[in-house]
Amino acid sequence: MSEKLAVDACVVGGGIAGCAAAVALRKAGMTVAVLDRGACGAGASGVNFGGVRQQGRNLHELPLARRSRRIWDTLAATLEQDLEFDVSGHIKLARSEADMAELEQYARDAREYGLELQMLGANRVRSEIPWLGDKVVGASLSPEDGQANPRVVGPAFARLARRLGAEVREHRRVTAARRTERGFAVEAGDLTVESAWLVNSAGVFGGTLASWFGEHAPVEPLMPNMLVTEPLPYFVSRSIGVCGGDVYLRQTGRGNVIFGGGRGWGDAEIARSRPLTDQSLGGMQRTLDLVPALTSAQVIRSWTGIDGQTPDRIPVIGHSSTTPQLVHAFGFSGHGFQLGPVMGEIIAELVTQGRTPTPIEPFAIERFAAEGFAAQTAELTHTEH
Amino acid sequence: MSDPVVAIVGAGPAGVRAAEALAQAGLRPIVFDEAQRAGGQIYRQPPPGAERPGEDLYGFEAGKAKSVHAVLSDLGERVVYRPRTLVWNVYEQRLDTLTDGGYGEQAFDRLVLATGAMDRVIPFPGWTLPGVFTLGGAQIALKAQGVSIGRRVAFVGAGPLLPLIAHQYAKAGAEVVAVLDVTPFSARARQAAGLLAQPATFAKGLYYTARNALRGGTRASGVRKLRVEGDGRVEALVWTGADGREHRVACDAVGASFGLRSESQLADLAGCRFAFDPVTRQWAPERTTAGRSSRPEVYLAGDGAGIGGADVAELQGRRAALAVLEDIGRAVDASEVARLDAALARQARFRDALEAAYPYPDHLVASIADDEILCRCEGVTAGALRDAVREKGATEVNRVKAFTRIGMGRCQGRVCGHAAAELVALERGCPVSEAGRLRGQPPVKPIPVAGGAA
Repeated sequence: MSEKLAVDACVVGGGIAGCAAAVALRKAGMTVAVLDRGACGAGASGVNFGGVRQQGRNLHELPLARRSRRIWDTLAATLEQDLEFDVSGHIKLARSEADMAELEQYARDAREYGLELQMLGANRVRSEIPWLGDKVVGASLSPEDGQANPRVVGPAFARLARRLGAEVREHRRVTAARRTERGFAVEAGDLTVESAWLVNSAGVFGGTLASWFGEHAPVEPLMPNMLVTEPLPYFVSRSIGVCGGDVYLRQTGRGNVIFGGGRGWGDAEIARSRPLTDQSLGGMQRTLDLVPALTSAQVIRSWTGIDGQTPDRIPVIGHSSTTPQLVHAFGFSGHGFQLGPVMGEIIAELVTQGRTPTPIEPFAIERFAAEGFAAQTAELTHTEH
Repeated sequence: MSDPVVAIVGAGPAGVRAAEALAQAGLRPIVFDEAQRAGGQIYRQPPPGAERPGEDLYGFEAGKAKSVHAVLSDLGERVVYRPRTLVWNVYEQRLDTLTDGGYGEQAFDRLVLATGAMDRVIPFPGWTLPGVFTLGGAQIALKAQGVSIGRRVAFVGAGPLLPLIAHQYAKAGAEVVAVLDVTPFSARARQAAGLLAQPATFAKGLYYTARNALRGGTRASGVRKLRVEGDGRVEALVWTGADGREHRVACDAVGASFGLRSESQLADLAGCRFAFDPVTRQWAPERTTAGRSSRPEVYLAGDGAGIGGADVAELQGRRAALAVLEDIGRAVDASEVARLDAALARQARFRDALEAAYPYPDHLVASIADDEILCRCEGVTAGALRDAVREKGATEVNRVKAFTRIGMGRCQGRVCGHAAAELVALERGCPVSEAGRLRGQPPVKPIPVAGGAA
């Protein structure tokens, strides 16, 4: 039986950004529908590392990350859900003098955006984290960064959106969307949503949706390969990354140490992904080199998920270049978790006011249309998730 | 052209019979097994140096056990036998292995999964107290280590394993103070005709039941509720009988589990399609009588894809091997295939009656209190599950897992997954088939961070 919904805004993609947008749009008085191909918050929003991290981001992302970080302080209360948000600090380790120089440069640059990082010498790192192996020559610490449980954040946003009156429809895969006289018609199986506004927060499918409106945004699937140990006595007091991004770990309140290891396999079309053994074993070895304390630990699970990655590793955010009342927010390239909450506010601002006070020009979709586009910003981006 | 590589996971009755048939056809199968010695769980062997007479360990089945144990050693160089090896992942046509702490891998052309079964667990008050074991765990303690789980032992269950283990423990000299079946005796009586399809097995069940009857201790059927009491360890088992009255027996150990569940994680990772079996109320990888799965390169034998017991497993192991041979274009004896298929069909009828005789005790699941630990690994209660369903909109077990960590710990839901699905179904008021099935992730059992390359 076919069903029709008519709303002010239709959000395609019920990840954290999409559901947060639904919340913000409802608070602004608009009627909203959210469509997700699976369960809300179960995609990249739900299976990522769980880093609430500003340090190491592409500098263009820092204004968003700074604003989002303030939201995180009260997010659990807003969502009425324990998010296991722990302001553990994030420490980024240097394993060479070149790494250290990179960290110092980044700290100077980040200060321009109001992010204060503390540089730690080798002795200071060793006294603070005595269990680190001997390969570390220094580090930079971001005291206000931390970690949270990604599995509960997106669903909590979806529940809040529902409580506020949004139509949240799960297991509804959008197969087509087109411009109509009054706005948009979005097809999801036997459901048609008519809306004045369309929000594209479709993750790895964001590029496809954009292409339906004549826009080009190259989005590749990205499958971070992740592992977790059995619960261990608490010892990883900070969320930890390294220059180059090939090792990252944190410890949950329960005691499990979560760490990354390369890339998994995935097929976005059928929503299937698998961790890859060689990647997992490599990640285990690299993590062990850095953290010999894990020598006797056991890995109890590995997993991956599918995010959308752009060539320059920063998202697409902003108004469509071709289609009025279409707003994009996708391609977070494996590090969108921390940004998710602020994306709701920014999307709502773009819809209700036509602009946002947060600078988003670098994320314009037009950048991919420009002649001779090069991925020059990629090197500034930390690859930790 | 070289012979295709056929890998077998499991050296229980199914695995060794598959290996035997393949070796007889001139292939050199590779047999991976977690244990130090062949036999699986049912015919588990003591470690070298601790042997005891087969009659003490396996009772009526001593001859079968001896025969299964001998298969791999008799085959000698015609098989590659890899004991003490955990196969922790299947991806495409490769197995990931762990042997004595070292990682390895094995590419294969055909894979026979003979991964066996473990106990099905239902939480009840006191189930996490030291001294509470599964029936299978209690049997392994006896067979492999030659120790009893306690001096005064009570057993609770729902399946033919219950009278057998009570018999084994009594024979080993333990004081068996209670043998409680949570299914009503009437269910077994109703299925008597079907059970007679396999008269020898049925007779053994009667024998064990009768023997237990002669030895004292309390026996009861149709137990409605149970709990274990004790301060830091088991001190007593308390149950509500079919008559509604509460009974208590002092004991220092309890063996309790409620039927068996297939160890189907590798089949899941191999991409086999699963189907829900409404009789046993569990998901199992689909297989034909010949042991073919939905994947062309994967075959399933024994209890790892639906419970049939050891005798059936031996037949299925051999039949799956013949299917492999058929599929790679080797000649097989058509009359043997027909004989095996007929025997398996006969066994299936018996099995249906057996399952109906020991229906899943859903009344025990319904009575699980909110404060009861459901997921032992992560310390999550039944109440947390109900909250995830009722307040947070979770409709199936994977969503419950994401919200609560149920099934996310060391055992990856092998212990709590079934009860979790039943509780989700009860909370939603839907059939358990609609409560989902926990998705498998590698590793199927914990593996060391520091495994290094083997």
